[in-house]
Amino acid sequence: MTKMKTNIQFRINKSKGLQLLVIVLAFACVIPLLAILAYIIRAGITKINWRFLTNIPKPVGEVGGGIVNALVGSAIIIGVAAIIAIPLGILCGVYLSENKKSRLAYWCRLCVDVLQGVPSIVVGIVAYFWLVKPLGGFSALSGSAALAIMMLPIVVRSTEETLKLLPDSLKEAAFALGIPFHRVILKVIIPCGFSGILSGVMLSVARIAGETAPLLFTAFGNPYLTTNITKPMHSLPLLIFNYATSPYNDWHDLAWGASVILLVFVLVLNIFTKLITQRWKIQL
Amino acid sequence: MKKNLFNSKFFTAAVMLSIFSFMGCGGGEGGGKTDSTAAASSSGDDNALIGAGSSFDNPLFSKMFSEYNKMNGLKVNYQSVGSGAGISQLTNKTVDFGASDAPMNGKQDSAVSAPVLHIPVTAGAVALSYNLAEVKDTLKLTPTILAEIFLGKITKWNDPKIVAANKGVKLPATGIVVAHRSDGSGTTNIFTTYLSKVNEDWSAKVGKGSSVNWPVGLGGKGTEGVAGMVKQTPGAIGYIELAYAIQNNMAYAKVQNKAGNFITPTIASVTAAANITIPPDSKISLTNTEAADGYPISGFSWVLIYKDQKYNSRSSDRAGKLLNLISWMIHDGQQYSSPLTYAPLSPAAVAVADAILKSATYDGKAILQ
Amino acid sequence: MSPTANKNSITLSEQSLGVIDSKSKAGSLSARALGRSGRQIRMEGLFKRTLVLMGLIMVILVFGILITLIVESVPSIKALGLKYLWGRTWDPVQDIYGAFPFLLGTLLTSFLALLISVPFSIAVAIFLGEYYPKGWFSNFLKNTVELIAAVPSVIYGFWGLAVLVPIVRSLETKIGVPPIGVGIFTSSLILAVMIIPYAASLGRSVIQMVPSPLKEGAYALGATRWEVIRSVVLPYTKSGLFAGILLSLGRALGETMAVTMVIGNTSQLPTSIFAPGNTMASVIANEFTEADKAVYLSALIELGLVLFLVTTVINMIGKRVISRFTND
Repeated sequence: MTKMKTNIQFRINKSKGLQLLVIVLAFACVIPLLAILAYIIRAGITKINWRFLTNIPKPVGEVGGGIVNALVGSAIIIGVAAIIAIPLGILCGVYLSENKKSRLAYWCRLCVDVLQGVPSIVVGIVAYFWLVKPLGGFSALSGSAALAIMMLPIVVRSTEETLKLLPDSLKEAAFALGIPFHRVILKVIIPCGFSGILSGVMLSVARIAGETAPLLFTAFGNPYLTTNITKPMHSLPLLIFNYATSPYNDWHDLAWGASVILLVFVLVLNIFTKLITQRWKIQL
Repeated sequence: MKKNLFNSKFFTAAVMLSIFSFMGCGGGEGGGKTDSTAAASSSGDDNALIGAGSSFDNPLFSKMFSEYNKMNGLKVNYQSVGSGAGISQLTNKTVDFGASDAPMNGKQDSAVSAPVLHIPVTAGAVALSYNLAEVKDTLKLTPTILAEIFLGKITKWNDPKIVAANKGVKLPATGIVVAHRSDGSGTTNIFTTYLSKVNEDWSAKVGKGSSVNWPVGLGGKGTEGVAGMVKQTPGAIGYIELAYAIQNNMAYAKVQNKAGNFITPTIASVTAAANITIPPDSKISLTNTEAADGYPISGFSWVLIYKDQKYNSRSSDRAGKLLNLISWMIHDGQQYSSPLTYAPLSPAAVAVADAILKSATYDGKAILQ
Repeated sequence: MSPTANKNSITLSEQSLGVIDSKSKAGSLSARALGRSGRQIRMEGLFKRTLVLMGLIMVILVFGILITLIVESVPSIKALGLKYLWGRTWDPVQDIYGAFPFLLGTLLTSFLALLISVPFSIAVAIFLGEYYPKGWFSNFLKNTVELIAAVPSVIYGFWGLAVLVPIVRSLETKIGVPPIGVGIFTSSLILAVMIIPYAASLGRSVIQMVPSPLKEGAYALGATRWEVIRSVVLPYTKSGLFAGILLSLGRALGETMAVTMVIGNTSQLPTSIFAPGNTMASVIANEFTEADKAVYLSALIELGLVLFLVTTVINMIGKRVISRFTND
């Protein structure tokens, strides 16, 4: 009897011990993120001031200068990429949710999955051959196109998933009222799934905001402020990459400040997205 | 009904495939397409030039272009991506000019579709920078020591050979961490040309070039990357352009030249090394100079442009702006060299550079008078 | 049967019923109403064709990427053949291209990262799926782990350079290895942090899907909490967890920026995990813009092709396993 009791006691202790281990390991995952956040914010927040936000970089080795060309450049490149990817992605998501059985839909779904896993450097190579070489030069447009390719799977996926969640009765009621198909989709279905689609869009923007590899061979970088998308343009991740590996302390400071801005932007987008999806699920 | 859908699918597929194949064979169709886009962009934004290449020149160029911009508003977007990338982008005609510390070699020459002019714009020193916080004196390095460090034969700072060359200096037992370029670099070319000239072992095992098979060491992207690595890694040694070492308060060594003297890289020692006859095409190496007080690892740096500026629908205006820029760089722009410890071009070099510039043509006519 | 199952039947039924347009007079088959509906039917058809076009674009895009990669690798494949894959020297000066150092670097960093991160990912998955599926701090943990995936990779690289590298350097001095700080080990550490969320979130979903009767049966037989996890939950979700690990692996293989900044960038075969090395992605990032010879450029793109194929295969296997798991 005692042997059985101690055996049970041992097993219970083992269970409790392993539970503790799991808790410790799980919370240990949080540590790197918090450490990174704390370090970057501490290192960078003091570097952000008005001069930082409104000046362009000074010549190599001179102190001062700012990151405005990278800030504006990032905004423009991301904006153009979103303009390219969002309509395409949403319509493709609609197509996939409307056609579950056709051959093309099967291949399309497969290709979206493949695209999601493609390394960003490969997308950069392809954008170089499709857009930079034929057009004869580096441009923000080719950078945006490369980023749009990376945005597509996320937008398509989230649109498809959101629309699948909508009840069929919604569509059937609309058809019963005689509304034509395109109006049903554009005026009824998409607005209903708006928060889900919006969260997909924001996630994809957050994903590409920090992408550097596709821009290495496409947008090229530019020490001046420019808004012409057919010309090379700078961007925050490119700036961070170039300055982080340099020896100049001043450049390191600029890179820390830029990192804070980029990090805060990406995290805010993600947190906002989570709030929206949680609200959306509750509505359903 | 079904037939309609079937046909339309094929129709759209055909349209898409034809568009795609149009994009895909960029070579042939590219000309036609480039015409309209390039014309639009060049007429719209002729006030900006694009250059890429040597990180060796980057401190000097960024100062020069900033001053030029203040003078007449022309924006020059120069990206320090390495000499190899600069040549490659010039070959692809994606930039207006390239910059390289190594003249184009035979293979690169055969890859370009038209002759390329090399215009020397400055001369600089490749400094051997090291990170030894405890050592306050400047280290002296002989060619043999340098070669063996980069070959991986000498691995500690207190190696007898280094101690012998630096009598009276206390050297720690720290391991040597070699830093080299991971990208194609004219600076690497200057350094490896020098090592090949002074050390047979190096010449046989590694050779010279913009991108070699380094036996040991860590790779950094651009001179900025190498300098960053040396600055952060105790015991590291790397070859970087002098301006970077000075701007970042990094220690750099005296190197023994052919005459046997240990020379510090300075404007004077580079100018002494550059004081030789320059051939008309200006392609010459300054390494292992005969001059008694010349720094042995010096080199010219060239701006590369196509001899015939009429390609890809470039306007004559754009060609003119480019040549005016380069002409300014070799004349008035030289005033910015010395503060950044680059050696200004000697009068002989300027004369050669001028002659080369004047040979650039647009549509058969010389651009600069 | 959903009305959208057959688009054509909708059009037919609409035509037979007569479209009741809100703008027309109350529903009669007047010629005017038919005229409007004719236009609408054309618009509908156009819209449906546009949707099909979008689907087609996606397929063409992905096949286009594959074809471009293959076409541009052809010069290298013709010149070097298969021994490209196990050649040990990468010497662009002498036109010798052997991709083995980069293959090895990629495999080493990815698998080491996987090894380090899997215990943590599984722990998070079990924690969120089994022990504390609801509650405010489980929400906090779930969101934090997902935010790990959101941080841009260049920021991980920068942080790694500034914080991890000195730490690894002092570790290397203690062990007696050359204290360079950068290298395979450091990149594996950063990669490990970056790929935790993928296995963790997928693992959590599959663990939550374990049917309660299974677990309750085990409890009824007298198993402890841990024994239920070990003998019921984990075997049940084995394939799902495996898929999550595969997804993490796929992500690790393709990661570029963070690795480039801390791996040391050398073309030599890495001699130990503390040595510098290179991965396929980082060598492309470093040398692409300057590859001036056709074979050089093509050799780099062949690397890109290999990377593309490997990551695609791994992701496909992962997705296949997941879909089989959710359909079982």
